[in-house]
Amino acid sequence: MSIRAPSKRAPAAPARPRSTGGQRPVPPAKAAVVPVASPADSGGNGGVIPPAPPRPTAQMLAGKQREISVSEFFAKNRHLLGFDSHRKALLTAVKEAVDNSLDACEEGRILPEIEVKIEVANGNGEPPKGQLPIPGRPSASQAERFIVTVTDNGPGIVPDQIAKIFAKLLYGSKFHRLRMSRGQQGIGISAAGLYGHLTTGKPVRVTSRYSEKKPAKYVEIFIDTARNEPRVIANRDVEWDRPHGTRVSIELEGRYQKGRTSVDEFLEQAAIANPHARIVYLNPEGQRTLFDRQVEELPPSPREIRPHPYGIELGVLLKMMQSTKSHWIGGFLCSDFSRVSPKVAQEICQKAGLDPRAKVRTVHGDAAERLYRAIQNTKIMNPPTDCLSPIGEKAVLAGLYKQIKGDFYTAVTRAPAVYRGNPFVIEVGLAYGTGQAALAESAVEQEEAVPVAEGEAKEKAGEVSLARLMRFANRVPLLYQPGACAITKAAVDTAWRNYGVSQSRGALPQGPLVIFVHMASVWVPFTSESKEAIADYDEIRKEIRLALNEAGRRLSAFVRRRERAQSEFKRRNVFEAYIEEVAAACKRLKKGRLNEEDLKQRLQSIAKKLTGGERTDELLGKGESAGPVAPESTIIVTPDGVEGAVPAPSVPPESVPPPAEAKPIPEKGARHAHRHR
Amino acid sequence: MPTGTAEQRLVGLADLVVEAARKKRDPEIEIPVRALSNVAFNPKKRIIEMKDATQARSLFNLGMARKFMQTMLVADALAVLQREKLTTSLREIYYRTKHTLRDSTENTFDAQDESDPIIEDIEVALAALREELQVAAEGRGSIVGNVVLVDDGDAIDCTRAGKSGHTVPSIVEEPGIRIRKCAADFVLLVEKATQFNRLSEDKFWKRHNCVLVTGNGQPPRGVRRLCRRIHDEWKKPVYVLVDNDPWGYYIYSVVKQGSINLAFESQRMAIPDAKFIGLSSYDPEKHKLPRNVGIRLTDKDVSRAKEILAYPWFQKKEWQREIRNMLASGLKFELDALANKDFRYLTTDYLPRKLKERDWLD
Repeated sequence: MSIRAPSKRAPAAPARPRSTGGQRPVPPAKAAVVPVASPADSGGNGGVIPPAPPRPTAQMLAGKQREISVSEFFAKNRHLLGFDSHRKALLTAVKEAVDNSLDACEEGRILPEIEVKIEVANGNGEPPKGQLPIPGRPSASQAERFIVTVTDNGPGIVPDQIAKIFAKLLYGSKFHRLRMSRGQQGIGISAAGLYGHLTTGKPVRVTSRYSEKKPAKYVEIFIDTARNEPRVIANRDVEWDRPHGTRVSIELEGRYQKGRTSVDEFLEQAAIANPHARIVYLNPEGQRTLFDRQVEELPPSPREIRPHPYGIELGVLLKMMQSTKSHWIGGFLCSDFSRVSPKVAQEICQKAGLDPRAKVRTVHGDAAERLYRAIQNTKIMNPPTDCLSPIGEKAVLAGLYKQIKGDFYTAVTRAPAVYRGNPFVIEVGLAYGTGQAALAESAVEQEEAVPVAEGEAKEKAGEVSLARLMRFANRVPLLYQPGACAITKAAVDTAWRNYGVSQSRGALPQGPLVIFVHMASVWVPFTSESKEAIADYDEIRKEIRLALNEAGRRLSAFVRRRERAQSEFKRRNVFEAYIEEVAAACKRLKKGRLNEEDLKQRLQSIAKKLTGGERTDELLGKGESAGPVAPESTIIVTPDGVEGAVPAPSVPPESVPPPAEAKPIPEKGARHAHRHR
Repeated sequence: MPTGTAEQRLVGLADLVVEAARKKRDPEIEIPVRALSNVAFNPKKRIIEMKDATQARSLFNLGMARKFMQTMLVADALAVLQREKLTTSLREIYYRTKHTLRDSTENTFDAQDESDPIIEDIEVALAALREELQVAAEGRGSIVGNVVLVDDGDAIDCTRAGKSGHTVPSIVEEPGIRIRKCAADFVLLVEKATQFNRLSEDKFWKRHNCVLVTGNGQPPRGVRRLCRRIHDEWKKPVYVLVDNDPWGYYIYSVVKQGSINLAFESQRMAIPDAKFIGLSSYDPEKHKLPRNVGIRLTDKDVSRAKEILAYPWFQKKEWQREIRNMLASGLKFELDALANKDFRYLTTDYLPRKLKERDWLD
């Protein structure tokens, strides 16, 4: 056993002097030191006690100790980033690429147009030992290797940065600032590339163009995991028909399956939460789906804010005090935090027993801790909220109305609130019903009234399904780990029965209901790096509950109104059908000596008198009087039409012929025309 | 109560609807309530009679509309039977009246258990017997012994009906069925086919000059009506042989006083003079049946027995003793248990001894 000199670098790495500055790879938190077990006895010796191996010395152990790069760490712990199963890996790769594209477009103030393409890769699957690979490509559901390509019309990336953005973990623009965005850490897309490289050996292929005057750049890269540095394989200028934008293509092992937690579901939900985006999706089966733009305005650009004093911990405070440009403690508090006025700063210092004019660098230890506690005990205004960009009630409504079939839609955007110094906004949307109301009248004529055989009717009545809960954080759909999420807990805790929807204990409500919940925040507290569930802070849960309550109250008004109308409608309908039978039977009993029409009419007029007469006509929207007006931010679909804040009609999200050229922006007035009929 | 022929009464339902429509009223059919609450035991006639509580079934009541519609459909179908002189079954009535309502998936009837009670409703509302309405129950029951029937003109001598006997028709009314002659001394109505077959095989009816009848469990209307007619027309006493359990007591009481559900038919069905010949709860002791051929009374048996104990027509001292004795023993005995002594014990020992000792309950 030889003692090796401690080496920070993997043997494979080319021996060249470390450059300084920008290439420092590892943030302190992730640089763990791992002791390796002593290479002691391997297996028994048949009863003979082997000579005790020499006790390892600290020097020997030191030979095994070396730094771990963050890339190595995640290569081994890929599940932390959402690459634990093949099916999930495909979804995560799409998700990270789409998130990046949307963020880039919004930062560049460009209405996003994104194309997601998943293809079955060549050379698929490992052939059984001794057999030749199966020629041709397997079907989408059998394939194990895919190429995910996401193209956007964003601002593009300057050539120098391409490699780092796509092949270096924890590199990005979003970690060090407090501003709402989808990405947070700068891990996602690089991790997807890393996973692709690990499973297929293929590099990430990126094409990007940032100016019409410059050619597009094509780069092939992968991560050198030992150093968390990009390795560029190819780098050349190429022709591209787009003036600006980025295309990233990753080959990876995955599994394509429709249904819950699929890529299809992700994109459908992403389209609901991003009604300003136009997303084209080509699935591995070659089907093309268009999620068209519903809103022609970009969400307002969120402003970057300084941290709020309530949101920081002692360690962060100490670090900020090290790096501040202010000299005095009072100035430091005012300039490095939001919502700290000189007056508030003075109050804090007073409580901490410090002189506001004390030099920042002289405050440490005990004094710093006193300062930290003083901050917590001082009343400070909530952080500004223009760092947030909620979707908005109108847009949530438009997204739901477009993607979900229903009879009732409503949306609630709460006022901003704060958890741990981080501002956040909760938005809730509900879509209820089967979308049958609009069809009801025509259905009577269309439906050929299929006779029901004995025993069939009961089966149909027995079907119950739970509501579908859609969770979003900063406009990104969350598909996994619903049980761990604060949104699920709040939705389950809401007393839906008060709103006319049935619900079993400890479960989501039942019935044709879609619940949409979005949390927008500068920092969404996820329970893990793979961003699947929102941590359960009381403040967050409370806001979600209040929003659900408001939406629920509107739903309940609708459900009650409809139930009342329906029961009257049903009564009269029942009587109408029965009157016909009774009159016919009477005529037969009287051997045809009866004016059947006259009897029917007489009975029907009695029925009308007994079932509320004109009042029911009104409830059913028949007769002269206008239907009730839908409340704020609500759409109601009735047999007669649609009431409320209806978005402009556009193409349905099914397979659609090649995309139309830029859609004319509908006049604003036209969209509200229906509201006050 | 409506009068006239069955057909006239059925057409009367249509008139009722037309009349109500003319007067702008909700059409209503008065239907006597068929429940224990609406029957009374007439101690003089010794039968169960229906009281006059009725329920109005109306068209414009959401809970009743469907039944009203069904009632009219069934009435129509029954009128057709009358006009075309046809006899049919409950099940065929169900199929005849079943269709899907216009512009819907709703059926007029979903299952036969919806149409059967409607037919009974019409029977009681129009005071028309099912036989009059020409709806037959399943033909279930056999007869053998010294009696000659005429069925549709053909004479049937039940002494020449072999071991299995002649099948009792479900409608036993004049003029279809006549009882030409009955030279037997009594009628023995046996609950189960096993004992009927045993007695028939052993020619019990020959040796004891009787008529054997079985209804395979709860005797159907045809069997009850036939026994009643032999009893009325030829003055023959009727004895009932059933298992010793609450169900057996109830079968006996239906034969004797009529059923609760169709109490209005008691007048034509019940045989108030019928005697209960066995099994009595005292028989196991008398005939030395070992305890191990008994069956423990279930909770349901016990509560049923207690209900029967409370019926006004079981208030005789002997009957109270009989039922209490069964409850006290905690056991019930099937007729089949007699085979434990000997296959022919019923023929050779049990019944002859019963008849000799005049050991029966009234």
